[in-house]
Amino acid sequence: MALPKVIGIETEYGIVVRGVADANPITSSSLLVNAYLGQYTDKIAWDFEDETPGVDARGYRAFDAMPPEVESHLANAVLTNGARFYVDHAHPEISTPECRDVVEAVVFDRAGEEIMRRAMAAANAALPNGEVVVYKNNSDGKGNSYGCHENYLLARELPFGRLVSQITPHFVTRQLICGAGKVGCESPGVSAKQVPYQLSQRADFFEEEVGLETTVKRPIVNTRDEPHCDSQKYRRLHVIVGDANMAEVSTFLKLGTTAILLAMIEDDELGDDLALHDPVCDIRAVSFDPTLRALVTLKDRRKMTGLEVQWELLRRARVYQEIHGLECLGEESIGKLVLERWQEALTGLEGDRSTVSHMIDWVAKERVLRAFQERHDIGWNDAKMRVLDLQYHDVRPERSVSARAGLERLTIDQDIDRAVHFPPLTTRAYFRGRCLDKFADDIVTANWDSLVFDTGHNSLRRVPMMEPLRGTEAHVGRLIDESDTANELLRKLGA
Amino acid sequence: MTERTQKQKPAPEKTAEVEEVAPAAGKQGEKIKADLDDLLDEIDSVLEDNAEEFVKSYVQKGGQ
Repeated sequence: MALPKVIGIETEYGIVVRGVADANPITSSSLLVNAYLGQYTDKIAWDFEDETPGVDARGYRAFDAMPPEVESHLANAVLTNGARFYVDHAHPEISTPECRDVVEAVVFDRAGEEIMRRAMAAANAALPNGEVVVYKNNSDGKGNSYGCHENYLLARELPFGRLVSQITPHFVTRQLICGAGKVGCESPGVSAKQVPYQLSQRADFFEEEVGLETTVKRPIVNTRDEPHCDSQKYRRLHVIVGDANMAEVSTFLKLGTTAILLAMIEDDELGDDLALHDPVCDIRAVSFDPTLRALVTLKDRRKMTGLEVQWELLRRARVYQEIHGLECLGEESIGKLVLERWQEALTGLEGDRSTVSHMIDWVAKERVLRAFQERHDIGWNDAKMRVLDLQYHDVRPERSVSARAGLERLTIDQDIDRAVHFPPLTTRAYFRGRCLDKFADDIVTANWDSLVFDTGHNSLRRVPMMEPLRGTEAHVGRLIDESDTANELLRKLGA
Repeated sequence: MTERTQKQKPAPEKTAEVEEVAPAAGKQGEKIKADLDDLLDEIDSVLEDNAEEFVKSYVQKGGQ
C-alpha cells in the first residue's frame, strides 16, 4: 500500500535590483530575506545538523560527483507557517512546509509568492535608490538556470532502480501539462532560430539520466538521499526536473500526476515497458516541439509522441485508482480531480489548444506571445518577446503578465493570506509553525525534522520530528494551546 | 521547427469561414478576440521600457 504522499516545493527565484548596476545577488537576496524576517519575528536560525546533500540514494557516491555544499553562513530562517525562507547560492529561495495533499501544496506555493511580494516591499522601503524585484522562473535566457524542486514521501523499501526507470517517462513528457514555456533555447549548439519557443524552462539544462548533482550535469532523476525524517522507513524523492509554475492548475497537475505515478511505482503497478532509450535526448525533443509531434523512443524501440505517453500513463492511473483507490493523495475528491484535470489537459492539447490556455503555463504564455507578435508585427527574435517571457513570471501585480493571462484559480486569496502565517494542520509542519509562533524566544534552532528548545537551565532540548504525519493539529493542537511556556509544553510532550 | 510551429497558427481566412457558417461560434470568436485585445492593451501598458537593456541586464548565476 502506497504511503501518503506528503509533498513540498522549493522555489529559487531570480533576483535583480533595478537602478543599481551590478548588484551582488547574494547581498540582495540576504537583504530580501532579512527585510521580511525583520518585520515579523526574532530570527530562528536553521539547524544544519541533518543536512547531508552528498548522500546518494543508490548507496554510493560517484567519483566525479559534486554534491552541493551546505552554505550555513547565509540568511536562513524558518517561518511560522512551517516554511523555510533563505538564500541558496545566489538566489532567494522558499521551501513550502510539508503538505498533506496537492491542493494544500498549491496554496502554500502561492503563499510563497505572497511572502516574496511582502519581502520586496520591506526590502525596498530600505532601498531609496533601487528596487529589488524577483521572478518566479527558471532561466535567465543566457544559459543559467535555477530550480523549482518538488519533494515526495516514499517508502524506503522501494527499490531505487525501479523508481528511476519507471518515473523517467513521466519526467520527460509531463512538460506537456506543466511546462512553463520559454522563448528561445539554451542548449549548446541549438539556436533560437531553430527553437524560437519551447515548452519548458528547464529542459535545456538536463544532461544525465540519474545522478547526485543539482548545479552542474543536472540529472532527470536526482539521487539525493536526505529524507529529513526516519531514514529506516522513508525516502524523500527530490525532483529537480520541473519548472516553476504561475498557473495554479499547472502546479496542481505537476504535483498530482507525479504523486499518483509514484504511488503506483511503490505498489509496483506502473510497469517497466514505457522505459525510454535516451531520456536526455527525448526531454529536449519534447520541449522543442510545440506542435507536439516529437517522438520519444522506448527501450524496445517503439516510438511514441509525448502525448501518447501521457495518455498511456493516465490510462494506467485510472486502472490503479479502480483497484487501489487514491487515498494516498488525501481526500478521495483530490485524486479524482487530478485524473479529471489530467484528461482535460491532454484532450485540449490534442484538439483545440485554446481550451487549455487557462490551465497550462506554456500554452497561456504562447497565446500571449503570438497575439503580441501579430499586433506589433514583430518576430520571435525581438527583445520584447523575451521581456514578455520574463514578465510572465513577475510576481508584482502591477507588472505581471501571467496575472493578466486569464489563468484559472484553484485557490482563494483568503487561504493564501492564511498560509503566509499559519502552517498546514495535518503534517508535522503544524508543530514547527505553532511552536515558532508561540515560543519563538525559547527556540534556538529549527529544521525539517527537529526543534531545539532552550529550557533555561543551561540545557538545550532537541525535539525530534521523524514522522512527517505526526505533530499535527489533532496530535498536539490542544497541548500547544494549553501550554503557556515552552517548558510546560515539553513536560506535556514527555520530552 | 520554426516552419512547423507556424503551420499550427490558425489561418485568418478559416476563422472568417467559420463565422459565416455558424453565427453563434462567430460571436464566441469575437468575444475571444475582444478579450485578447483588452489583454494586449493591458500588456502594452505594463511592459518594461527599453527591452534590449532589460533583457541584457537579467543575469542569474549560481542556481541549482
